[in-house]
Amino acid sequence: MSDELVFHFDIDGEDFTSAGQASVQIKKNLRQLGLPSEIIRRVSIAMYEGEINMVVHARGGKADVIVREDCIEIRLADSGPGIKNIEQAMQEGFSTASDEVRSLGFGAGMGLPNMKRYTDEMHIDSTVGVGTTVTMKVYFPVE
Amino acid sequence: MTVNELVRECSFDVICLADGDREVKGCYIGDLLSWVMGRAREDNAWITIMSNINVVAVASLSDVSCVILAEGVTLDDEVKAVAESKGINVLCSQSPIFETALAVSGKV
Ligand SMILES: Nc1ncnc2c1ncn2[C@@H]1O[C@H](COP(=O)(O)OP(=O)(O)OP(=O)(O)O)[C@@H](O)[C@H]1O
Ligand SMILES: [Mg+2]
Repeated sequence: MSDELVFHFDIDGEDFTSAGQASVQIKKNLRQLGLPSEIIRRVSIAMYEGEINMVVHARGGKADVIVREDCIEIRLADSGPGIKNIEQAMQEGFSTASDEVRSLGFGAGMGLPNMKRYTDEMHIDSTVGVGTTVTMKVYFPVE
Repeated sequence: MTVNELVRECSFDVICLADGDREVKGCYIGDLLSWVMGRAREDNAWITIMSNINVVAVASLSDVSCVILAEGVTLDDEVKAVAESKGINVLCSQSPIFETALAVSGKV
């Protein structure tokens, strides 16, 4: 518990044309900490996918990135519509994105699969009508 | 080959060149942003026809060495300013994606 470093972000759900700023900021913060570039890349891409999901599917939310001794934990929480079928949502290619979102290059149904692929642990907690919480962990390599 | 050298060899237009000495290794082509984030490798050149602000974020997060906009696509001034501030190299090719990829092929 001693050496935790927490970065908190409120993710605005209004403007999804410029979403993703928290993830770009986190990348900068992690670089300043001098962490391995591969770890930074995995964390910031996974967070970006989750951040975009909160903006386009859930009208925004909150993000916390916790840097610990052994890992980086990303916690994303929103009060959006929730995910009815998580197993289906996790499948490559499944998407409910609107045409407007698709016109920006999103909606391939690859976001959640990417988050799983780039992190060591991922857990989704979702209740329809209440919201969604996604927790991901990336562990530092052990020498 | 560096981004500067790629610009010269392929006669690409420069939209913004924040770090021309950056080494280019391999290439990824795609317009769907989650595919790019899942598949593009660090230092790749990324060929796309997408030009909205999210392209800048994806280029930054996936650590590509440059974005090559095909089909003569350009960036709005606002997007260009963000790319510059984030240190992203953005080039423009007047050719379609296939010809652009052929131009890059064998050089990176
Ligand atoms: N935070 C969320 N709240 C509600 N639904 C969500 C949330 N995140 C994901 N979903 C649902 O899961 C689906 C799959 O998500 P995923 O990120 O894999 O794809 P996408 O966002 O549709 O497209 P892409 O990420 O490729 O741009 C979404 O289309 C949406 O229906
Ligand atoms: Mg998504």
